[in-house]
Amino acid sequence: MKVNIKINDRNYSIEIEPGEMLLETLRKLGYKGVKHACSTASCGACTVQIDGKPVLSCSTFTAAVDGHEVKTVEGFSNEGVLSEIQKAILEEGASQCGFCIPGLVVTAEALLKENPDPNQEEIIEYLKGNLCRCTGYESQTRAIMKAAKARRER
Amino acid sequence: MSRVLTKEKLNVVNTPVEKVDGKALVRGKPVFTDDFDLPNALTVKILRSPHAHAIIKSIDTSAAMIEGVACILTYKDVPHVIYTRAGQGYPEPSPYDTFILDKKVRYVGDAVAIIAAENENIAERAMKLIKVDYEILPAVLDYEHAQDPDAPVIHNEPEISGAYDPKHNIASHYEMEIGNVEEELKKCDYTVDEVYYTPNQSHAMMETHAAISYFDPNGRLTVITSTQVPFHARRILNRLFGVNCRVIKPRIGGGFGGKQALHVEPYVVAVTLKTGRPAKCVYTREETMTASNTRHAMRFRVRAGAMKDGTLKAIELWGLSNTGAYGEHALTVFMVAGSKTLPLYNKVKAVKFGGDVVYSNTEPAGAFRGYGAPQGMFALDSALDELARKIGMDPITFKLKNSIREGETSPIFKIMGEGREGVEQIIRSCKIEECAIEGAKIFNWYEKIKKPRIDMKNKIAHGYGVAFAMQGSSIPAIDMGGATLKMNDDGTFNLLVGATDLGTGSDTILAQIAAEVLHTTVDKITVYSSDTDITPFDKGAYASSTTYVSGNAVKSAAEKMKKEILKAASELFEKPVELLDLEEDKVVCEDGRSISFSELQTKLFYTFNQRQLEVTESFVSEVAPPPYLVSFAEVEIDMETGKVKVVDFLNYIDCGVTINPVLARGQVEGASAQGIGMALFEDHIMDRNGRLITDDFFTYKIPARGDIGKIEVRFAKSYEPTGPFGAKSVSEIGLDTPGPAIANAIYDALGIRMRRLPIRSEELFFEIRKKYG
Repeated sequence: MKVNIKINDRNYSIEIEPGEMLLETLRKLGYKGVKHACSTASCGACTVQIDGKPVLSCSTFTAAVDGHEVKTVEGFSNEGVLSEIQKAILEEGASQCGFCIPGLVVTAEALLKENPDPNQEEIIEYLKGNLCRCTGYESQTRAIMKAAKARRER
Repeated sequence: MSRVLTKEKLNVVNTPVEKVDGKALVRGKPVFTDDFDLPNALTVKILRSPHAHAIIKSIDTSAAMIEGVACILTYKDVPHVIYTRAGQGYPEPSPYDTFILDKKVRYVGDAVAIIAAENENIAERAMKLIKVDYEILPAVLDYEHAQDPDAPVIHNEPEISGAYDPKHNIASHYEMEIGNVEEELKKCDYTVDEVYYTPNQSHAMMETHAAISYFDPNGRLTVITSTQVPFHARRILNRLFGVNCRVIKPRIGGGFGGKQALHVEPYVVAVTLKTGRPAKCVYTREETMTASNTRHAMRFRVRAGAMKDGTLKAIELWGLSNTGAYGEHALTVFMVAGSKTLPLYNKVKAVKFGGDVVYSNTEPAGAFRGYGAPQGMFALDSALDELARKIGMDPITFKLKNSIREGETSPIFKIMGEGREGVEQIIRSCKIEECAIEGAKIFNWYEKIKKPRIDMKNKIAHGYGVAFAMQGSSIPAIDMGGATLKMNDDGTFNLLVGATDLGTGSDTILAQIAAEVLHTTVDKITVYSSDTDITPFDKGAYASSTTYVSGNAVKSAAEKMKKEILKAASELFEKPVELLDLEEDKVVCEDGRSISFSELQTKLFYTFNQRQLEVTESFVSEVAPPPYLVSFAEVEIDMETGKVKVVDFLNYIDCGVTINPVLARGQVEGASAQGIGMALFEDHIMDRNGRLITDDFFTYKIPARGDIGKIEVRFAKSYEPTGPFGAKSVSEIGLDTPGPAIANAIYDALGIRMRRLPIRSEELFFEIRKKYG
């Protein structure tokens, strides 16, 4: 079947297989920042935004996104200029292996849009679906607090 | 002997430089194995055994050769070479007891056939059409019964070598004794004799195992793989297939020891050799959980004794370790459970360590961050905590009184090495007193322990625990790392290292070391790492060795490069080298002249004493200076559910000088989280046929955000004279303390001693019931 999807501000009209998941479609189109880590909707590595809301692409049928707007991690750094969240992640050492980071960036962007001044508990609550095995989360919380502050002061 | 380097003397080292690969990672650039799409590549899938122990009577692939299947390989089609998947130095200390594919399967998940097809759907359909007739054998699912008289023999293949007593399912055995533990224990005022268990934790790295193989345009076999050991992988692939190849490690999505072995590489290489086509295999999460590696589950009986004044006299650790179906890292992990724990208490009169590593029909165990030390330290530190409480001493005072100090040694360093004898070493940096005393102050230990522990009204208990740990820095006299530096005419340098950055940030800290020596900045150092055709050899990322061994290699290469630069400038300026020095990307001469690195190399390329400045240096250490750690845990226990929450976890660590304080802190925080997972959440549950039920992130609970309270990290002021710029290792030690610190804190709260990890809320709840009604 054919679907029309806007991905990172670019319009696509694509043929998909029945039962194709958005994760697979995006990776096939070259959006490799969308990561496949668990297949059970339990880790958040494949998170993308659909119409501005964070969604797990591993458990979203591509067909269901027909006519909608998808944003992946690749859509959050403009011409290679890092977003505040990406900058803060680097400064705080919140990315070790980096495999969970695209999902974290996408989810944190949605958080800061909804809540520009989150406290620690709100950050933890909003991002609890994004697993990370490297950092122990402390540095990621610090990074998002810092990014929120930078964004408010922008 | 030890001097503290002040920050003022350093420009790049000991500063929080951002990771050199960071910008690519935060933007989601295609840098991981699965991100590489090769034209015409086959998708490789593995058919796995549904039985824990069985003989393949027959295997029929004819019905599975559907359109789109390129090949299906069974044990009849791949080289019958016995080997070990463990990625270690050579000769390998792990037994040769594994084939790429075998007629016998030894655990649920063992590989049966390799399917290569045009795409994943076809491969999966074909997999279902392979007919396998199994003769099911009785299995050993509980490693404590591996040595029962009627236990089935798991390894009866005639080709096996290096295993201790495979006829009795013993992969490895080790024992040693210094003094006479039995006699010393008799003289003690207080003794403990208890048994402790640690589980077969899963690495649960976010990126599953993955590899790609292909022939490059010149016919060179190339393997891109998510590995911690590219050079060992190349050597082992050569042993299996008799072909040379190039192994490239791209970015890795975490490893934690799980990628210190060959997993996917032999399968894709077998397919490429058979078909001539590129082959890609990416494990599913289920495969990574059930058919790769786990931590070795261990049981330790600890006997220890002390005098009334708190003098520790004797320790015995007698263990049983489960290596699962294959003996990967069997002996070495077991030995580390003693060799990286017992020297911490070097003042004892007698010490004994030993036991068996047994086979069972479960997922093979392997290397996992801490490499035996978390298992040994859970037993040892818990037992010492029990002993301190029997004596009536504060556990900090007791442990500190008996622990090692600067200038001291332990005979264990020489007796116990990595699967063989070790090396003597005098401890030249040890700030364990600072860690314990200053840590206790920051944690408010002495104020906290005055508080009541149980709030009966709200059914909440609070407890405070402390644990001490040591680790090593490299495997001395074995681990070698190489580094090459090349100067370019734009004034930058290429740093080529075999060292394997698995997310730890080693590319970054190695660049910092080079930049410091060369009076330049990290942005002028382009790092190429872990490509066996391009970079010099490095043992790989394990044994807490990269900062120390690879770091020393880079420092040495940079120092040699500095000499080469000065020599070239001295020729140019016609001045003795002594009158020249490096300063901010240039050579300065006493007479006021100067030349930038860029100008110098440009002259050397085209107009003056023409040559490429390039150096290679190697480093092997004679010692393995231990880092030290004291961790403090505060737990909150819901007495109505047994749920334990780690409210506060403070690490005070002596890892020498931190090359990059932010990355070093991240290593400790991350290790603490994994240790908390091991202590409280992470549990393998098998069904009665040996199938792992907890085979995904839904059922295997790694700590999520919110499961962990505060994790704090403080660094002791320490300088290791043999380390690069005073550094020791930092990556593993953080996993040694959460288990015992949390168990000790639970005891402190409730008077209930939990001697088995993970500490399940249900079990704790029943104990609370028994004690408090």
